[in-house]
Amino acid sequence: MNKADSAIAKPDITLRRIRQTDLASVVALDTRVTGHAKPEYWNDMYERFASRRADQRFFLVAEGDGKLHGYMAGEVRAWEFGSEPCGWIFGFAVDPDSRLRGIGEALFQGIADEFRRVGITTMRTMVPRSSTLPMAFFRSEGMVAGPYIQLELDLEH
Amino acid sequence: MQQASRLAIYALIELASDPDKQVSVSEIGEKYRISAHHLAKVMNTLGRAGLVRSIRGVGGGYSFSGNARRTTLLDVINLFEDTSSDCRLHDSHVATPVEWALFDVTKEINEISNATLASITISTMLKQIERNNKAAARKEAATVE
Repeated sequence: MNKADSAIAKPDITLRRIRQTDLASVVALDTRVTGHAKPEYWNDMYERFASRRADQRFFLVAEGDGKLHGYMAGEVRAWEFGSEPCGWIFGFAVDPDSRLRGIGEALFQGIADEFRRVGITTMRTMVPRSSTLPMAFFRSEGMVAGPYIQLELDLEH
Repeated sequence: MQQASRLAIYALIELASDPDKQVSVSEIGEKYRISAHHLAKVMNTLGRAGLVRSIRGVGGGYSFSGNARRTTLLDVINLFEDTSSDCRLHDSHVATPVEWALFDVTKEINEISNATLASITISTMLKQIERNNKAAARKEAATVE
């Protein structure tokens, strides 16, 4: 490991489930990272996660110094594409100013623990091929290519 | 993957596992059953790329000087071979539909392969080796019990 990287201190962060008062920070972070503001999407997701299947849906945030540094959202999904129940991570971001401090890893381990707690033994996600950074992150956490290949069709051709 | 790329990855992982350690070409060559002559050429290329540092004199050798968390397998491979899709279709002006169709397939495979190689850093490889070693130790312990 590079000495400069190992010298970076980890901030005191707390992982907890999202609250309604976090939504504005989640929307702002997602907008900053992706360049697209989607408040309706996040409001809708919050409603679903707060009201239904709360034992199988996990929307975690990392908080420290009164600030939201990152989030990770996932849920247990079963039998789609013939798959046994597994935990899907489908939303993840760490504030660019808070990276390389172990926050992504804490969120990853936190959601993995939640899935384990409800008896799930496999965790999956999907990453665009061009998104090297998140793919490198998930790889560094031990994720490898799964048994499925995603296919698509351009309907305009 | 060409042999030089493979050797370079072996050598970098060996050196990055202990950045303070100096390892000679012959030590690495012996461990991975590679000719020292061939490996020396590979190490020169890695040195020019700033990934290893050569230390001369008694007890000299090479040490890792890159950033293990930022250097990907694709970065290393690109030092030794062309991984782009462009080189797979020799002359696009005269290529037949069959050649184009096969080009599309190989391009798809190449893009998936490159995305994988670009997402795996030297640091990730070291972690994977550690995980494999722990899993092997657990399996052995379970067998003994």
